[in-house]
Amino acid sequence: MSTSDYDPACLPDLLPLYYRRLFPFSQYYRWLSYGGVSKNYFQNREFSFTLKDDIYVRYQSFTTQNELEKEMQKMVPYKIDIGAVYSHRPSQHNAVKSGTFQALEKELVFDIDMTDYDDVRRCCSAADICSKCWTLMTIAIRILDRALREDFGFHHLLWVYSGRRGVHCWVCDDAARKLSVAARSAVAEYLSLVKGGEETVRKVVLSDPIHPFINHSLSVVERYFQQYAIVDQDILGSKESVDKVLAVFPVDRYFFKEGSSVSYDLHFSCVSVKSNSKKGGQYFDKEIMLQYCYPRLDVNVSKGVNHLLKSPFSVHPKTGRISVPIDLKELDTFDPFEVPTISLICEELEKPRAEEAEEDDMKDKENEQEAGERRRIRDYKRTSLAKYVKVFDRFLEAMARSRKGEMLKKSGEIEKDSVFHIHLILAFTLQMD
Amino acid sequence: MQFPGRRKKLIGSSQNDLYDHCLQFYGQPPLENISLTEFETFAVERLKLLKTVENLGVSCVKNSEQYTKKLDAEISSLNFPQKAELSEQKVQGGISEYEKRRKDHISHFILRLAYCQTEDLRRWFIQQEMDLFRYRFNDLHSKHKTDFLHKNNLKYETVSAEEKKSLQDKLIASSYGLSGTKVEEHDVYKVPFQDALDLVRTRKVYLLAGNAYIPHHEIVTIVLNDFRTRLSKALAMTARSLPAVQSDERLQPLLSHLSHAYVGQDYSIQKNIGKISLEQIDALSGKSFPLCMRHLHKALRENHHLRHGGRMQYGLFLKGIGLSLEQALQFWRSEFVKGKVDADKFDKAYAYSVRHMFGKEGKRTDYTPYSCMKVILSNPPSQGDYHGCPFRHSDPELLKQKLQNYKVSPSGTNQILELVKGMHYQLACQKYFELTHNVEDAGFSLNHPNQYFTESQKLLSGGRDIKKEVDMSQRSQENPASVTRPSQANSKQAHEEMGDLDSFFQDE
Repeated sequence: MSTSDYDPACLPDLLPLYYRRLFPFSQYYRWLSYGGVSKNYFQNREFSFTLKDDIYVRYQSFTTQNELEKEMQKMVPYKIDIGAVYSHRPSQHNAVKSGTFQALEKELVFDIDMTDYDDVRRCCSAADICSKCWTLMTIAIRILDRALREDFGFHHLLWVYSGRRGVHCWVCDDAARKLSVAARSAVAEYLSLVKGGEETVRKVVLSDPIHPFINHSLSVVERYFQQYAIVDQDILGSKESVDKVLAVFPVDRYFFKEGSSVSYDLHFSCVSVKSNSKKGGQYFDKEIMLQYCYPRLDVNVSKGVNHLLKSPFSVHPKTGRISVPIDLKELDTFDPFEVPTISLICEELEKPRAEEAEEDDMKDKENEQEAGERRRIRDYKRTSLAKYVKVFDRFLEAMARSRKGEMLKKSGEIEKDSVFHIHLILAFTLQMD
Repeated sequence: MQFPGRRKKLIGSSQNDLYDHCLQFYGQPPLENISLTEFETFAVERLKLLKTVENLGVSCVKNSEQYTKKLDAEISSLNFPQKAELSEQKVQGGISEYEKRRKDHISHFILRLAYCQTEDLRRWFIQQEMDLFRYRFNDLHSKHKTDFLHKNNLKYETVSAEEKKSLQDKLIASSYGLSGTKVEEHDVYKVPFQDALDLVRTRKVYLLAGNAYIPHHEIVTIVLNDFRTRLSKALAMTARSLPAVQSDERLQPLLSHLSHAYVGQDYSIQKNIGKISLEQIDALSGKSFPLCMRHLHKALRENHHLRHGGRMQYGLFLKGIGLSLEQALQFWRSEFVKGKVDADKFDKAYAYSVRHMFGKEGKRTDYTPYSCMKVILSNPPSQGDYHGCPFRHSDPELLKQKLQNYKVSPSGTNQILELVKGMHYQLACQKYFELTHNVEDAGFSLNHPNQYFTESQKLLSGGRDIKKEVDMSQRSQENPASVTRPSQANSKQAHEEMGDLDSFFQDE
């Protein structure tokens, strides 16, 4: 295990170091400015901080990257959340005429929390996770990533490990940030298949015809099901858990082949459907797989334009882990227990520096601020945080390329249409009264 | 929109292009002059139509056979456009299709003025207009549907034949009612998913790269969303320019009346005067009074007092059921005197207002008993008030208790509470009627507390058949009575109601 022992009591000492020398401010600022296309996009963004002793402050906003850095270094937040881009600077929201201060845009976000799967995982419960149930997150990411890209046409998705028991997705496309509450909730509902709480036993109901989205999702689940559910979770390993599986369906519909030992290569082939089963029940095998594996999302997190969500690169106070971006290319090997903790990276920082570093130090004495930044970049590169910042960099690059492409397209169109444009505007305003 | 002028001026048949489709998005306001009479008539008739739409919407399944038949009949009787083809000829003794479309256009815009002012009004208006639009759009032939889309710049691309073929299985698996042949023969539209949220939310459509693939027969949902968005924006804009309109004193009373309008019988003409004796009132309150009046009566008996809102609502109701002025004075005095008010004070302060109600003071207008709409929408009760509509204004828990006290069965109470949850207050009261009178179907559509009373009395005196006859004669009285008259009377009276009653809103 590459994590140093993390002790929450050390946070007050570690956080200042983290914010001074490791937090990737310039990439962070670059992200939230979105190329400076919209004026004041960064300035009107709400942040919320949870300070020592659980003091919670909302409506924090900053005018420059520098101000962000200074404030964070001063306030030393234990938790950082990102909110919406408002119509005015959140820090001045009280000065704005009531009713005019409004949330305008925000990334479309999803929060997958392992606790929501407690009814179907046997290895852990509540805030605990282990390698056996982590597969659920892998499945969730694969299904949602595909759907958001292929069905909804989004391109810029940032998947982040929450630091303890789940993952977040930040959909950063222009179109996504402009979505209304109704649209966000529609997307979340489209992506929801597991419905019902404590009272509901059968949480997935499929009927003919099966929507292509469900088929896509099923093929992902099927890839992992044997290893995850049968082997790791061992859902057919005891009478009790088998009963639980069967409880999802009325018992008279089918029967378990008598006498067969419950062995690990079951594919429900030993469960047959009675011929007089009416419609429904014909997809019980698919329904069970989905109930045990399909992503469970909290629609409320995704719905609100002004909803605040944990920021990437913030620290999780209970585990000490940094909320790092997940590289989808390495998804199957991602191990939440390998994610660096703040203690680890601070420790790595203290290790003796290589010689080249000392030379750079000399150059730095000339320009303090640049020096600070350069130092910081060198600093995180020496820690386990480096590879995660790289993932973030690639994500930012892709967005920048895409913005460039958009601008080229638009400028081509504008030249052609500019004259026409003007006539149209005049005609419209004349008619408007 | 222009308002001046008394003369009607039709701008000739070049206007034909304006009304070349029987359905429209109401994008452009009408640009002609019309008379005030026509202004009022059109508005009231459209309001009647929208109310029918509302009633049918809660009493029948939308778009079921019953629904379409009834709505069809109403549209026809109120002379709104139905036919797809615009034939110039005036139908024998009737109104040309062109005229109907013109009326549709103008009346919509007039009602926008009346219904743009509050969130509730807007929501109601948008809901009914949407239902009406949906009905009329669905009624169109597929060719006319496509026509409509093109005329209104709904630039939804159709999917090419090759793409359709390659996606055929997926399309069939995702959309309701699609088959292989249908996909081949009919258009499939590519619509950005943000414009098709209802279908996306329920996963009833195929999505690819951010576009929803909508089959021809589903396009109405999309169109409706568009309609709702446009209308919502338009109403917000209308509200901003409203002060200018309201300053026109010919229009202001009509517009405020419209948004509280009740367009049925108004119980202003007293029938059966003196047929009810004061001793009967207690018993009647339990048997034939709607819950609001029963509540008011009980409060009056218990507290020997009612505040202004309660006195108006209950006092006018009593007038409507047939109490004479003398009886009313006696009734109120005897009750108030039991409380803190002595006979002298009553004569000085309260008697005047009772006489006023009967039109014997001041402007001497005969005030009309409040309709359900008026009770539900205006003057919500506050602490110490007992007026209003219990289904609308009471806390559901208290309402439940009250119903239990009045011996309504638990299942009945639940049905009522469900209706209240859905904001169907008049239907809840109707259900209360059915439960307390032990009938399956009230047999009428409740709109007015006095109507409740009348219907109840008829039922209790075994006069169901008589009721039907009376209904029919009432209806025939209402319709040919050229619509201008009642509407003029209503608007005048509403104007006065507003004027004088305002001076009475001073509680002691």
